[in-house]
Amino acid sequence: MEVLRIATAGSVDDGKSTLIGRLLYDTRSITDDRLEAIDTASKRKGLDFTDLSLLTDGLIAEREQGITIDVAHIYFSTPTRKYIIADTPGHVEYTRNMITGASTAQASLVLIDARNGVVEQTRRHLYIASLLRMKDVIVCVNKMDLVDFDALVFDTIREEVIGIAEQVGIAPRTLHFIPVAAKEGDNVVASSVHTPWYKGPSLLGLLEALEPGKGKGDLPGRFPVQYVIRPSQDAFHDFRGYAGKIGSGRWAVGEEVVVLPSLRVATIAAIYKGEAPVDRAEAGESVTLTLKEDVDVSRGNMLVKSSERPYPEVTTFTARIAWMDEQEMQEGRTFLLQHGAQVVKVKVLATEEVLDIHTFRKAADKKTFSLNDIGTVRLKSSRTLFLDRYAENPANGAFILIDEFSNNTVAVGFVEKF
Amino acid sequence: MNSESIFPRALEAEAIYILREVAAQFERPALLFSGGKDSITLVHLARKAFYPAAVPFPLLHVDTGHNFPETIEFRDRLVAQTGTRLIVRYVQDSINQGKAKEETGRFASRNILQTVTLLDAIEEFKFDACIGGARRDEEKARAKERIFSVRDDFGGWDAKKQRPEPFEILNGRIHVGENVRVFPISNWTELDVWNYIREEGLGLPSLYFSHQRAIIERDGFYWPHSEFLQTGPEEVPFAATVRFRTVGDMTCTAAVLSQADTVDDIISEILEATISERGARMDDKRSEAAMERRKQVGYF
Repeated sequence: MEVLRIATAGSVDDGKSTLIGRLLYDTRSITDDRLEAIDTASKRKGLDFTDLSLLTDGLIAEREQGITIDVAHIYFSTPTRKYIIADTPGHVEYTRNMITGASTAQASLVLIDARNGVVEQTRRHLYIASLLRMKDVIVCVNKMDLVDFDALVFDTIREEVIGIAEQVGIAPRTLHFIPVAAKEGDNVVASSVHTPWYKGPSLLGLLEALEPGKGKGDLPGRFPVQYVIRPSQDAFHDFRGYAGKIGSGRWAVGEEVVVLPSLRVATIAAIYKGEAPVDRAEAGESVTLTLKEDVDVSRGNMLVKSSERPYPEVTTFTARIAWMDEQEMQEGRTFLLQHGAQVVKVKVLATEEVLDIHTFRKAADKKTFSLNDIGTVRLKSSRTLFLDRYAENPANGAFILIDEFSNNTVAVGFVEKF
Repeated sequence: MNSESIFPRALEAEAIYILREVAAQFERPALLFSGGKDSITLVHLARKAFYPAAVPFPLLHVDTGHNFPETIEFRDRLVAQTGTRLIVRYVQDSINQGKAKEETGRFASRNILQTVTLLDAIEEFKFDACIGGARRDEEKARAKERIFSVRDDFGGWDAKKQRPEPFEILNGRIHVGENVRVFPISNWTELDVWNYIREEGLGLPSLYFSHQRAIIERDGFYWPHSEFLQTGPEEVPFAATVRFRTVGDMTCTAAVLSQADTVDDIISEILEATISERGARMDDKRSEAAMERRKQVGYF
């Protein structure tokens, strides 16, 4: 069975939590005692309906404030696949959480309140979907019941979103639009009788039709060596295996590979998945490789196919970053960069631009990054990194920056060019 | 068609990736082992992750002293079979040392006391990473937990300080005195765990399967009658055919009436279940925010 990861985004009152609650409820993915708990909590709040949004609000602090403040993971399954929803806050203060939640997602759900149409937040969510190069952006125009399921309202919003999407660089074929009313379940799982003018699938119908993880197998091979397995038992005293999760490409026993950074050439002798030897393995699988030749390989090295050039080796490059720390970031500072199993010191040579979060154009004269800012920097690393451009290989084009004093993860970065 | 896995194998790949990252980033990791299905699954995953080498960290069992004998037997057999190293620390010792106080009354359990013993064990062995089988679908506060959860030297968890984990890049850097809790099966649901157990043919303590047991009924739940359970004179034990959906110990776990005695039957039962897995855990019912409060003071 496949796994499909979705990220949800929407402003505080757009009903995102209710939408997810409805998705769980209509696919019979919540148990009676959970339902009973939120029923009781709804009554305690003085509501005359069961507030499905209570299914996803969990931490004490936010329950008092009434908004979600972190990434919540919610699961449900249909007969064909398992879904993981990363439910993230809509507030601008939690942009970093949104980016985190969306980073491993296949598809992004953007919610718009039909009464309000496109708001500032919509722009930000679309921008982030573009930054992450999400394969599918599903725009749910919610609360259609409050605008009498008016097709004109839906179409007007649709046109506006398409316009913004063009501005931020989202390809039209990536976008999907669905009119929904989460509270009563219109077009969430079941098709709504109130939208005869809408000919598309329900939200779940659309999700079921998406194709997870396509394309990674066709990219050049990238195997970041995570751990070296060297048993000390007699039975396996010659065994030296290189364990890791295949980033991209298809790998087979007998193939010729090159070790980065040493550039030593070797041949794959065996591939193990768990305890079983296999002939081949592909992107996303955690395996252990052994090589015929006795070459030096350690954690942080990368194996690539000898025939696939150029090899990804960079020291200076330009990257788009999203700043995630309370402390400001300035040119000239050094950080640790973590990419795969490599952790390397880097220096910010220059800030090329910091974006205005309202227009997503360059903010004139802004050279420092504050919490949740997005922009472009030029970085120089103390050692060779094995990065691809994010646009070419998303599995190998992203990294994080770490503050070596606080140990905090301060930014996520996407390689733009070398 | 028959060979197609119902269990989503991407979840296994993710868990193995996480376990290897722990072994690589930390100097003294430990795997918190309770004898329940989640920790048994973790041991199996660890063996796969490091094959053909031995699992490079010990199992740590915080024994409340109220364990089901079946759990202890199973634990010892598993350790013997797998050649893993086991460390056991006892809540009773913490009580004897005056570091923890035995609860009294009908709802007395040693669940919260485990935290004291755990923190002492971490201190004793200088564990810098503790791997556990907690899952995000179990409970509200766990839904937001990171894969690597940084704890301060009191084992405390501050929700506002957790690090973002974009792209599954795991930052395990810590200061002296801090340690990290790691949750490799965060994204697995209860059903995923059972499907994995079935596909991998994993053994489990007999408690999970239907058996005869003396129980008492209290507030709509069935409690295993034992020397540790505090009962009133009106609570008379009777024999019933039950099994345990979740295995804590004898004073914090309720049984359900069930005839399911195979993994397949259990899976069918879960698919129709009307009480979520942790619903039978009294420790969570005490207040809505129970789990989060416990985590703030270092509970696993």
